[in-house]
Amino acid sequence: MNPAKLIKMANQIGAFFEAFPDREQAVAGVAAHIQRNWEPRMRTALQDYVAQNGDEALMPIVRDALRIVQKVVL
Amino acid sequence: MNDLDYGTPAVDSTREVTLNIDGVSVSVPAGTSLMRAAVKAGVMIPKLCATDSLAPFGSCRLCLVEIEGRRGYPSSCTTPAEAGMTVRTQTPKLAELRRNVMELYISDHPLDCLTCAASGDCELQSTAAQVGLREVRYGMHGANHFVAARKDISTPYFIHNPAKCIVCNRCVRACEEQQGTFALTISGRGFASRVTAGQGESFMESDCVSCGACVNACPTAALIEKSAVKLGSAERDVITTCAYCGVGCGFKAEMKGTQVVRMTPWKDGKANEGHACVKGRFAWGYATHKDRITRPMIRAKTSDPWREVSWDEAFAYAAKEFRRIQQKHGRNAVGALVSSRCTNEEDYLVQKLVRAAFGNNNVDTCARVCHAPTGYGLGQTLGTSAGTQTFKSVEKSDVILLIGSNPSEGHPVVGSRLKRSVRAGAKLIVIDPREIDMVTAPHARATHHLKLRPGTNVAMLSALAHVIVTEGLLNEQFIAERCEKQAFDDWREFAARPANAPEAMEAVTGVPAADVRAAARLYATGGNAAIFYGLGVTEHSQGSTAVIAVANLAMATGNVGREGVGVNPLRGQNNVQGSCDMGGFPDIYPGYRHVSDSATRELFEKAWSVSLQPDPGLRIPNMLEAALDGSFKGLYCQGEDPAQSDPNTQHVQAALAAMECVVVQDLFLNETAKYAHVFLPGASFLEKDGTFTNGERRISRVRKVMPPLAGKADWEVTLGLAAALGYPMHYEHPSQIMDEIAHLTPTFAGVNYDKLEQMGSVQWPCNDKKPQGTPLMHVDAFVRGKGRFFNTQYVPTDEKVTPRFPLLLTTGRILSQYNVGAQTRRTENVQFYGEDVLEIHPHDAEERGIRDGDWVGIQSRAGDTVLRATVTERVQPGVVYTTFHFPESGANVITTDNSDWATNCPEYKVTAVQLVKVEQPSAWQMRNAREDKEQKKLLAGAKR
Repeated sequence: MNPAKLIKMANQIGAFFEAFPDREQAVAGVAAHIQRNWEPRMRTALQDYVAQNGDEALMPIVRDALRIVQKVVL
Repeated sequence: MNDLDYGTPAVDSTREVTLNIDGVSVSVPAGTSLMRAAVKAGVMIPKLCATDSLAPFGSCRLCLVEIEGRRGYPSSCTTPAEAGMTVRTQTPKLAELRRNVMELYISDHPLDCLTCAASGDCELQSTAAQVGLREVRYGMHGANHFVAARKDISTPYFIHNPAKCIVCNRCVRACEEQQGTFALTISGRGFASRVTAGQGESFMESDCVSCGACVNACPTAALIEKSAVKLGSAERDVITTCAYCGVGCGFKAEMKGTQVVRMTPWKDGKANEGHACVKGRFAWGYATHKDRITRPMIRAKTSDPWREVSWDEAFAYAAKEFRRIQQKHGRNAVGALVSSRCTNEEDYLVQKLVRAAFGNNNVDTCARVCHAPTGYGLGQTLGTSAGTQTFKSVEKSDVILLIGSNPSEGHPVVGSRLKRSVRAGAKLIVIDPREIDMVTAPHARATHHLKLRPGTNVAMLSALAHVIVTEGLLNEQFIAERCEKQAFDDWREFAARPANAPEAMEAVTGVPAADVRAAARLYATGGNAAIFYGLGVTEHSQGSTAVIAVANLAMATGNVGREGVGVNPLRGQNNVQGSCDMGGFPDIYPGYRHVSDSATRELFEKAWSVSLQPDPGLRIPNMLEAALDGSFKGLYCQGEDPAQSDPNTQHVQAALAAMECVVVQDLFLNETAKYAHVFLPGASFLEKDGTFTNGERRISRVRKVMPPLAGKADWEVTLGLAAALGYPMHYEHPSQIMDEIAHLTPTFAGVNYDKLEQMGSVQWPCNDKKPQGTPLMHVDAFVRGKGRFFNTQYVPTDEKVTPRFPLLLTTGRILSQYNVGAQTRRTENVQFYGEDVLEIHPHDAEERGIRDGDWVGIQSRAGDTVLRATVTERVQPGVVYTTFHFPESGANVITTDNSDWATNCPEYKVTAVQLVKVEQPSAWQMRNAREDKEQKKLLAGAKR
């Protein structure tokens, strides 16, 4: 999966939840959205990319969310 | 075959009056005409100008009656029934009067009944018999016999023959009252009176939209379908449901053997109530078009000629390929697309095949590219991924807010309903970048047109919310009782921020703040306010946010849960609601239950005797991405054409080309089939049984009127493939599939074919709590309990204008063509619209030296194509517009793969482009034309 597109998608999700006043709820919202809507290989591809290249390209809210998205063993 | 005609429309009144008609006591709602009351009493009063789809007119003077205690002979169509009235409809005097009137009509009507196409279905003929006309003292050579006025055969579908016209005005009134186009009038006086289209133009040149309402209303052969003239009278009729847009109109297929004579709108169809549009009414000829593929075909490579094979060989080949791919690349390397044009039962089977036979959740539907944000947004806020009302509910609306929808073109029967409500006094707010027909419809002009820049819906909706919040227009009581407090408090604070004020947003939307404030005040305080929206809301990078913002507005003003209000998404394809309901998404089972929900998963595991995956599968764009990275290799594509309909065509084509097995099931060799290895012939809606669910959650029967041309209905094809995959499913009839759906889906628990037979249609949820279905949602509480507000921060799209791409392209539909055009392009509708064109504002055209009709090259970041220009002020400066009905146009070559944040619904509505005058097609178009020719050669080989 194209990491650049996954990063863009993740940041778009982050931009919606960023409007939540409760930060904890917002981070959980991003994580739940990715968990419930992204096919495992997409989640894994993003997590692998971050593991190898760092998470600078991600919004802070997405970085935090990604830490609670379940790891998937493919 | 004709339905009982009550002469005048039903009256909605809770007060009943009782009267006596010809000795029979009858009770009717107050305000009912004597004519209608008489029918209820079993008395048919002769009539010519009256029909129950139109308001009473009182011109033909045939329906006269006598009322005890009153003088004269009032017309029964215009006289309301009153309590205690004694009415006589059959007296010697009335008989004499009626015969005299009839004599005058007949004296001026050609008596070529034996050769007339309406013979046997002519109200003039039957009424003459009814009144006992035996002689015509004025002779048979009236002035209008075979008059010089020529027949108008200009439209492809019906004939206007003035010689047969009795000037009853029914056609003119149908055009006004039902359709709302006002294309017809009566010109001249006395014997010179004529039905005239436009300003004395032909029907084709006039404003006529060929909806057929005038033809339906005509009591003679003055307006009649060409197919009926050619084929003669039908022998039987079958009630079925239109397979075009998401309105889901009920139709009578009038048949002669297995041949359709004509399709007439079913007046008891609750979505359309006897109205139709040019597509459903007339454009059904594609079903027997010569391009239909009726034999299964296979080929090892897409450059190989197609080879016709038996069904069994095709199933075996496809199954072997899918299993080979799964063995080599893993079980998640294959998936399927469910068709939003197929039936609920067929959609259910495809997702079942994917989950049970493929063993994954890689199933998606074209709702992905249209209304997926509706499912998400309404699900999050209200609790149900569907519209809240019946279409009819708009009759009770005082204000209609129409955003991102062009119903006169995309959902014409709903468009006519909206216009009718506006003519009856409702105020209309249109939010759209273009001056769509609804803005200036005759006698139904919009009160406000907020002509915003493409891509700024969320900014606009937040600005409307700001006005409602800061000017004290909230429905505090509704919110306190029905909505989550904390979420509302957060949203109120958000909406009230100065950044969301119309003045602040003016620079973003381009709409004057005062207009936004006025529209917001009207929506919030104008009475019952209903929101209608379409793909202009959903097909954006913030599509889901905009749907949420729409729901926020409805909740904030208390406009949910009763007639005349609500949130009404206008669904694109005929069964896009159904394909979603049936679990045609990678994350949900039928009934919108997430695949991670273990209780639901266990229910399906038990019913299907398999183990199911708890993780979501791939969406269409994810499948394409995965194909390009080599992890997705096989696709079963039922009744979908992503190669034409999905954005960034070259990306889609590359992904399809990267797959090892593409199975296309369709009526025609569509664009996707060029990349296919197996072709399974599909069946049209006329060739199978099943159900469609329309945009108001209405489940309606589709009934087989002819045998499948290829021998199998689509559900049978899926059964064949499933069996070959080693997962046989056993159904003898689609009703059994619906029984399984009902068994496994709480919102469908009460749905079965017997009930649909009795009720005609039913709106889900239909279960023990709501055995008759649910016309209105969220009446006392939201489905999710308390309604939930969400903050809707405007995030500008990445698709920005730059000096290189200074214009914004937005795409849409035209009335006569449907979606990718596979059906309508194979009908005479091409006479109305034969190619996609590019609309451009005169200022932008002049700057570039572009004139009307010029070839224009359109370049975007994704690609380029060439279309013919139409210079028009319908679009605003800086915005251009086109449709995507013709594959050779390559409209989606230029759209990008930007998508909605929540659902990946493509951002079709915003593409930054540059235009340049050109002399030849684009490189893509030339290549595509070559490939098209090559594929046709490979097909020709199969047929030898």
